[in-house]
Amino acid sequence: MFDPAFGGVPKWMYSRRITTVGGIGMGRGFISRGFRGKRRQAEADDRVPPGQYLVEGFPVLSAGPTPHTPLAEWSFAVEGEVDEPKTWSWEEFRALPSEEITRDIHCVTKWSKLGTTWEGVPVDLLLEGVDTAAAYVVAFCDGGYTTNLPLEEAMGGKAWIAHTYEGEPLPPEHGGPARLLVPHLYFWKSAKWVRGLRLVTEDEPGFWESLGYHNHGDPWREQRYWGD
Amino acid sequence: MTDAPRKLTWRIGEVVETSPDTPRTKRLFLDVPGWEGHRAGQHVDVRLTAEDSYQAQRSYSIASAPEDGRVELLIERLEDGEVSPYLTDEIRTGDGLELRGPIGGWFAWDAREGGPLFLVAGGSGIAPLMAMIRHRQATGSGTPVRLLFSSRSYEDVIFREELERLAAEDETLQITHTLTRSTPPGWKGYDRRIDEEMLGEIAFSPDERPLVFVCGPTPLVEAVATALVGLGYEPTRVKTERFGPTGG
Repeated sequence: MFDPAFGGVPKWMYSRRITTVGGIGMGRGFISRGFRGKRRQAEADDRVPPGQYLVEGFPVLSAGPTPHTPLAEWSFAVEGEVDEPKTWSWEEFRALPSEEITRDIHCVTKWSKLGTTWEGVPVDLLLEGVDTAAAYVVAFCDGGYTTNLPLEEAMGGKAWIAHTYEGEPLPPEHGGPARLLVPHLYFWKSAKWVRGLRLVTEDEPGFWESLGYHNHGDPWREQRYWGD
Repeated sequence: MTDAPRKLTWRIGEVVETSPDTPRTKRLFLDVPGWEGHRAGQHVDVRLTAEDSYQAQRSYSIASAPEDGRVELLIERLEDGEVSPYLTDEIRTGDGLELRGPIGGWFAWDAREGGPLFLVAGGSGIAPLMAMIRHRQATGSGTPVRLLFSSRSYEDVIFREELERLAAEDETLQITHTLTRSTPPGWKGYDRRIDEEMLGEIAFSPDERPLVFVCGPTPLVEAVATALVGLGYEPTRVKTERFGPTGG
């Protein structure tokens, strides 16, 4: 997938280290001298998870160049631990019933954006009739990106394959033509340029999940990094 | 990756020096007890806490080389910012700064990975790339490096003097500036946004298979990464990181 000569596993990831300085208790009660902060409006408080701040714009975050796959070559697959793999062309995919979804989104890089509106095909619909023993799902994408989540968190009205953002076709830099939308988890789980879901029986950490980011990524529990 | 993940704990670094850089940026030097070191390109999360426990967090790239005993952060002052004005205007030597890290294993370079290295920076996006340049210098790596650096004006060129000095004493480090808003009298360099033509003139050829790191505001990163793929560079060897008021 990625060039193994470029990157590899950095030492801080595999070295187990006992941190004696800055361990438990350090940091608790610390006050930043002279810091007052900008308080947001109180009504937003219960919608912004710990450590996040609100933005008006829509920041872009990705690890490499934006892929531009022509719609004629685009397809979406459900595969892996399934009785019968399924695929849809772009036209077939767009002919499926879509839902409008308005949700708050939270990026691990600290920004949150309230009330974003999307249209997408429910993952429940794509998995309808699929017979599987899988407990996990890996979303795979153009450019080699992957992300993982428990199957039950991709179902039950919690995940969509989104193709429209604020009434317009999803722009490539935001993951178009289609991205996974799992707004209850940090937004890296909402994989851009998604091309399919692979159902697996064993959990397989995805791209960021293998690079120090939390395997689950619940913003309300501030699960940013390994060990959080 | 079978080993247990290391938990990233919050700890207090001490500001041991602050230094103005450009009119809009400031350098903070931190002594972080027990700092385990980092890879060039990684970042830290910074957390500020007010008297009433209100907190704000942001991420900042580490500009110092792993070989440097201190952790250097480059702070760009954002007018409407919550954290950056505190770090540029308020914090001073002797203050504590709560942080955790290093974070991020993707946008990072180790001298042993070789190159050649093609670095493209926009404004404060130079910070993680500066760590790579300094790391290369500190390790005596002979990996050829080319840096294409876009700034608004000559005064806004971050780390200008150090970059000039490093390039002057090392012919395998080649630095090209482009100034997008104003140029000093007699400026003979580029004076436009980075485009495909400029990249074609400055970058190592695709045949040389450079490792490419692009860091800056989203429009710059999008334009550069897309142009590089169009010019035939391998997408998997082009690593990007967005910088800016809202990009992280």
